[in-house]
Amino acid sequence: MAETTYVEAIRQGIWEEMERDDTVFVMGEDVAAYGGAFKITKGMLERFGELRVVDTPLAESGIVGAGTGAAINGLRPVLEMQFADFMACGFDQITNFAAKCRYRWGQAIPMVIRAPAGGNIHGGPFHSQNVEMPYVHTPGLKVVQPSTAYDAKGLIKAAIRDDDPVIFLEHKYLYRSVKEELPTQDYTVPIGKAGVRREGSDISIITYGWMVHVALEAAENAAGEGISVEVLDLRTLVPLDRQAILDTAKKTSKVVLLHEDTLTGGLGGELAGIISEHAFDYLDGPLVRIAAPDTPVPFSETLEKAFLPSVEDVVAKVRWLHRF
Amino acid sequence: MSTPAVAHLQTKFDRDLCERFHYYMLLMRELEDRIENKLYRQGKVVGGCYTGRGQEAIPVGSAILSRPGDWLTPSHRDMAALLIRGITPEEILAQYMGRATGLTKGRDGNMHMGCPERHCVPIISSIGASIPIAGGLAFAMRYRGESNVVFNYSGDGASSRGDWHEGLNMAAVMNLPIVYLCNNNLYAYSTPLDKQMKIADIADRVAGYGIPAEIVNGNDVLAIYEASKRGVEHARAGKGPYFIECKTFRMSGHSAHDPADYVPNQLREEWSRKDPILMLEKYMVENLGADEQDFVDMRKRVLNKISDAVEWALEQPFPDPATLEDDVYAPA
Repeated sequence: MAETTYVEAIRQGIWEEMERDDTVFVMGEDVAAYGGAFKITKGMLERFGELRVVDTPLAESGIVGAGTGAAINGLRPVLEMQFADFMACGFDQITNFAAKCRYRWGQAIPMVIRAPAGGNIHGGPFHSQNVEMPYVHTPGLKVVQPSTAYDAKGLIKAAIRDDDPVIFLEHKYLYRSVKEELPTQDYTVPIGKAGVRREGSDISIITYGWMVHVALEAAENAAGEGISVEVLDLRTLVPLDRQAILDTAKKTSKVVLLHEDTLTGGLGGELAGIISEHAFDYLDGPLVRIAAPDTPVPFSETLEKAFLPSVEDVVAKVRWLHRF
Repeated sequence: MSTPAVAHLQTKFDRDLCERFHYYMLLMRELEDRIENKLYRQGKVVGGCYTGRGQEAIPVGSAILSRPGDWLTPSHRDMAALLIRGITPEEILAQYMGRATGLTKGRDGNMHMGCPERHCVPIISSIGASIPIAGGLAFAMRYRGESNVVFNYSGDGASSRGDWHEGLNMAAVMNLPIVYLCNNNLYAYSTPLDKQMKIADIADRVAGYGIPAEIVNGNDVLAIYEASKRGVEHARAGKGPYFIECKTFRMSGHSAHDPADYVPNQLREEWSRKDPILMLEKYMVENLGADEQDFVDMRKRVLNKISDAVEWALEQPFPDPATLEDDVYAPA
């Protein structure tokens, strides 16, 4: 059976949800005739028509606002931000209105905002950022980022069926670099559940997105040195799977917190807080954060390579932590 | 340039409709007066306290045309729109007092209230943000092939925000059924109109988006009603959005804490002579055989209703702190 890429998995997931529920529609810039900047919505216009596959003017705040209004009035919008970076243009709509509707007036907003995020694609400061944290820090939003094709499909389907606004971060580097065989039957991956990608006993790496693959490669290298590394893929950033985080921390007693996002105010700090509050007695070493430095994402190859956490960076920290 | 104001009324207004206008305008005026000048000063209402004093004709003349399937996105100067949709003075007062039985269960205050069942979206504090929301509500109506429309309310200040422009442009391009009621009350908080924009009429901004716009006397409920009727018919017929600029004046501060001493006395006096309720009463006396006693009786009825509602609201429980973390997300 043919393997399905991460990008195709997302396309299939949206497609299937549009087949099963008439209230699901997609809206965004260049999504209809053009099929989207990354071709996620390719072919949907022909299948579902222009009422359900909607091109908009170039206006992210307008798109998010329109999606929110449509969600209030009974639809399930799947909005495309052409790049996650531009979600900042709709920030007020997302954080000040959509996120607060249930709390303020009991109004569900079943809306997905898809946002292609992340670097390693030579995108530079406006097309490579990892923008999750402002949304993670906004109560009322859910935030997910799949690392595999299986999860990409299962999580987009779960996000579309969810009754809360979901920020769905797609990693652009993974779009065509990861693929696998997918089940033919309908399935979802539950929001809020992390997954152990590799079992290990000496050190845990807790991570998400593209960094899951970096962690797995680092774990393989470390195994050659006799260090057994467990890799936990968070999959969902809000709500965090606290149980899985604490389980792996208690199991190995040494934890590396890895993300592609910049260090200060990144998710690693929050994870460190959770582990130190609830599993401190189990720890045999310091909680180690690995993240991008606190700079914009640079363009030039040498700079971007230096910016992104690498397999070597992770192996070095794992080795260091193992000595405790 | 923009369409000139409509000089002569075309509709023959009957007594019944005018009495409804009068009732809702008076109810809004007196309810807000009770909130701002009594309850707020007594400390029974805390936080921000915004009123639409002098602007009552705008929500009344428009929202009265709404059907159950329509949606409204009122601003903080449009309390009567909520009343017309069936939200009661009791619910409004419980909201202002932060009680558990208020529309937001104490989670938001003052005019920041809405209701899914009665199709009222609560204010988004950055008011222009409601323009794209109106677009989405209208999009869903068209999606299902309904003839419903959205009534959107904002003011001159909102028209400087990016969302306002994004939302109007999208609604025009997508041909969405929305009637925009813009209250141009000459001040956004303390900022006068000439520091808000280089032109005199907001309708001229709208012209750039290809949306028909008209300017009306925002203190004349009959003119608002007629313009809204034109707008609603236009939108229900699938002809797209329609914009009504209502020239009016904010007869209060931005909020209860604001003495508005930046407003020239002469300007305030000039507008106090154009009071929308007095204007309607004059019409009713001259054309519909109403007399002063009718208005006295109506005011009495309204004041009694408000007193009963205040009494009820003061008895309402405050929210239980145990509910603090409820309703951030859907129940699992």
